[in-house]
Amino acid sequence: MTNQFPITVTVNGVRYERTVEPRLLLVDFIRHELSLTGTHVGCEHGVCGTCTVLFDGQPVRSCLMFAVQANGHEIRTVEGLGTMDKLHPLQEAFRETHALQCGFCTPGFLMTLVPFLEENPKLSEGEIRQALAGNLCRCTGYQHIIDAVKLASDKMGVKP
Amino acid sequence: MTAQYVGQRITRNEDPRLLTGQALFVDDVDLPGMLHAAFLRSDYAHARIKSIDATAARSRPGVVAVYTAEDMGAFWKPGPLLVPAPHSIKDLVFNQRTQIPMARAGDKVRHVGEPMAVVIAESRYIAEDALADIVVDLEPLDAVVDLFRALEPDAPLIHDELGTNLASYVLQEKGNYEQARAQADVVISRRIVIDRGVAAALENRGYVVQWNAREQELTMWATTQAPIALRNLVSATLGISENQMRVIAPFVGGGFGPKIMLCQPEEVLLGWATMKLNRPIKYIEDRRENFLATTMERGQIHDVEIALTRDGQILGLKDVFIHDTGAYNPYALTVPLNTQTHTMGPYEIPNFHTEFKVVFTNKMIVTPVRGAGRPQGVFVMERMMDLAAQELGMNPVEIRRKNMIPADAFPHEQGIIGQDFAQLIYDSGDYPATLEKARQMIGYDQFVKEEQPRFRAEGKHVGIGVACFTEGTAVGPYEGARVTVESSGKVSLVTGVGTQGQGHFTSFAQIVADQLGVDVRDVRVVTGDTAQFHWGTGTFASRGATVAGNAVNAAAASVRAKILKHASKALGAPEKELEIVNGQVRVADIPEKSISLSELALRANPMRGSVEPGTEPGLESTQYFGPQYGATAAGTVAMIVEVDTDTLLVEVKRFVIAHDCGTVLNPLIVDGQVHGGVSMGIGQSFYEQLVYDENGQLLNASFADYLLPRSTDMPHIEIGHLCTPSPLNPMGSKGVGEAGAIPTPACFVQAVENALADYKLEILETPLSPNRLFELVQAANP
Repeated sequence: MTNQFPITVTVNGVRYERTVEPRLLLVDFIRHELSLTGTHVGCEHGVCGTCTVLFDGQPVRSCLMFAVQANGHEIRTVEGLGTMDKLHPLQEAFRETHALQCGFCTPGFLMTLVPFLEENPKLSEGEIRQALAGNLCRCTGYQHIIDAVKLASDKMGVKP
Repeated sequence: MTAQYVGQRITRNEDPRLLTGQALFVDDVDLPGMLHAAFLRSDYAHARIKSIDATAARSRPGVVAVYTAEDMGAFWKPGPLLVPAPHSIKDLVFNQRTQIPMARAGDKVRHVGEPMAVVIAESRYIAEDALADIVVDLEPLDAVVDLFRALEPDAPLIHDELGTNLASYVLQEKGNYEQARAQADVVISRRIVIDRGVAAALENRGYVVQWNAREQELTMWATTQAPIALRNLVSATLGISENQMRVIAPFVGGGFGPKIMLCQPEEVLLGWATMKLNRPIKYIEDRRENFLATTMERGQIHDVEIALTRDGQILGLKDVFIHDTGAYNPYALTVPLNTQTHTMGPYEIPNFHTEFKVVFTNKMIVTPVRGAGRPQGVFVMERMMDLAAQELGMNPVEIRRKNMIPADAFPHEQGIIGQDFAQLIYDSGDYPATLEKARQMIGYDQFVKEEQPRFRAEGKHVGIGVACFTEGTAVGPYEGARVTVESSGKVSLVTGVGTQGQGHFTSFAQIVADQLGVDVRDVRVVTGDTAQFHWGTGTFASRGATVAGNAVNAAAASVRAKILKHASKALGAPEKELEIVNGQVRVADIPEKSISLSELALRANPMRGSVEPGTEPGLESTQYFGPQYGATAAGTVAMIVEVDTDTLLVEVKRFVIAHDCGTVLNPLIVDGQVHGGVSMGIGQSFYEQLVYDENGQLLNASFADYLLPRSTDMPHIEIGHLCTPSPLNPMGSKGVGEAGAIPTPACFVQAVENALADYKLEILETPLSPNRLFELVQAANP
């Protein structure tokens, strides 16, 4: 139990060196060791998607990984998107369409959607619903989130 | 004053913080020296505790303390009754048994998940490790799970000294049902079952508590819907003054009812422990605990009978039901009383016999969850309407229209006692208009005449349903608000209600911005901090926007009057010639003659000189609003579903809701509230059922086994807004938060029955599932 492992993880472009217990969950590491509390915990068993972060660019559930598995890897969390003054186009779209209510699940949705939108600029509603199916939201019924994805797709897709 | 923001689709003030991960939720609170708590919870639904030995746990490195009931001494006591029993109802039976902080050795545990000990340690990981070190010697007892079994003479007793598992009995009568029945052409009776589900806010319950010994002050960050009531009750339990305790409900990740449960074991124990240890403590519930130890709802069985004339006029309704309150009943009769008062819905029912028994069972406590008893009443009524329509060969829309309270019959006395313990009165509404709107939106007649026959010819099972409902909302007693124009010219608004995603930071700001002529982004709203505002009740019963909203409106109007008075003096112009635009008070005809709110605020709070006697400083006002009684919202939903007869999966192809919540403050937010309610309604129709075995073990206590609707399960929801303003408040608003959840299960089963018409199903229960639907199909077609 007293085993401690040194790890180096890059989160939102910042390199962190820490010594952690092997059983420390990645989400607890991000939230409580690094104080990046935008990533939330909803179920602790990999179903709700609330804790989704990008792991080397791909969405993962940080409640199903150990911090030591992130050694040498790059993580991106919601804090690595836009800022309050300059929101990411997806965050802007969420605001414009009222795609969040309590906002607890929202960071997970954003982190699932960022790579999805980058890879799939034009989407049908069915494809969007499929893409969201791994994230639970109890407030919105998903409808405004779908509107947000469509809007973000327009915002992000049009490039000169 | 011209409405500039109220009624508009204003994007939310709170969103930038939430979207960038900067919003503070309870689990984000991190204090120096903070300890972590974990609760040892019963694995048995019903057992006698012989002994609890925490010696090994106490000696584990990193463990600071382990407490059992024994350690609490005089602080151990059952919680307060949170809602009184409605003694205005004649011959009421109410046996009060409220929840306890921890089960005691020598006494019993009464549901799985009931706390028996709490570990306080240097980390959550260590605290959870130490739970396994605690040795509890238990004698398992037979559990009471089935509602009818609870009342059998030889049933195990949950509260031994009570001598019965009957928690309450209520009978209410309007007119004379038996006489009506004697005159009826048609009498239909059925048993209808509505099972349990959970609220499943994505954020589990959580607390951070900090006793400051020097200040003699307790601070509690809590995932609560009612911070002020929580402060009042927990401080009383702990024997400190209300003024020594501050409750902060920061951003809360969804409420849906259970977060208004107060004096929960965790709240009392953590408050007590931080005072004892003089160190801050955090406890964050995990999802499994949320299933086992957070309050939940539904769980009723109705024996219902409807009496009608041959042409479909309802003469009377008799509903006798049994309601499961779980192991304790801190919320008294709130839920079953709501069922009782929503069963008649939008219909004229001249004779109504409604009677219920509440039983204790060895399951988690039942308290309101979005809908709070209303969906059960609506499900029962709407099912009987469908059965009657079938029996009489009538169109489901027609039988509803025929029995509706007409638009000119308001205010309408319902003849029974309502959820605020006074005569239930519908304040306003136009129910036939909601039915007509929904009928048109879904294209009911065209579907039945043209589309459905075509689908049937193709071998597809596509059906339609329509269900109507009323929603008692915006009940008292009151809420308050304080509005202040600060010297910067920006406005501060503080209110006591908690916020769990309803957009109060925006809708309340809209009200203030219109009254005071400022930008909606310049109104800073604080909710849910007892140090900022300490009078109020809480966020429940779809009441925040209306009850607190009208208090906000009153406070802002009062500040506006102060502004105009000061400005009139400053500008030498009569008040009636002044207007407030863009933070400037100006003479309407001479706009260059103006003074800023900032300047007025400074003058209203001078640093030197004297003020007139009786002058209050600043441009500030605190006002309260309490409605005479609750405003009744209403609506009609309609949906088209397709059932795959191989898999018995149901796809909702179209969903419309025609809704009337009076004056709408922000249509964007109202749409969101409706969507969310519908999604819970769909969950409770087809996905979300808690499954207990005969030992009271919950078999599906995870999101892998208990299914919330996903994006692929939800239809696109079409909303039609209607507006009959409520005469009960100056803004004319009514609540909307629970609307979508209330009629959806009733509509869903009707549409499924209609889709499977050739299988001659009769669905008398909710929630369904593909498996259950398969069983029903098999049973109907042996």
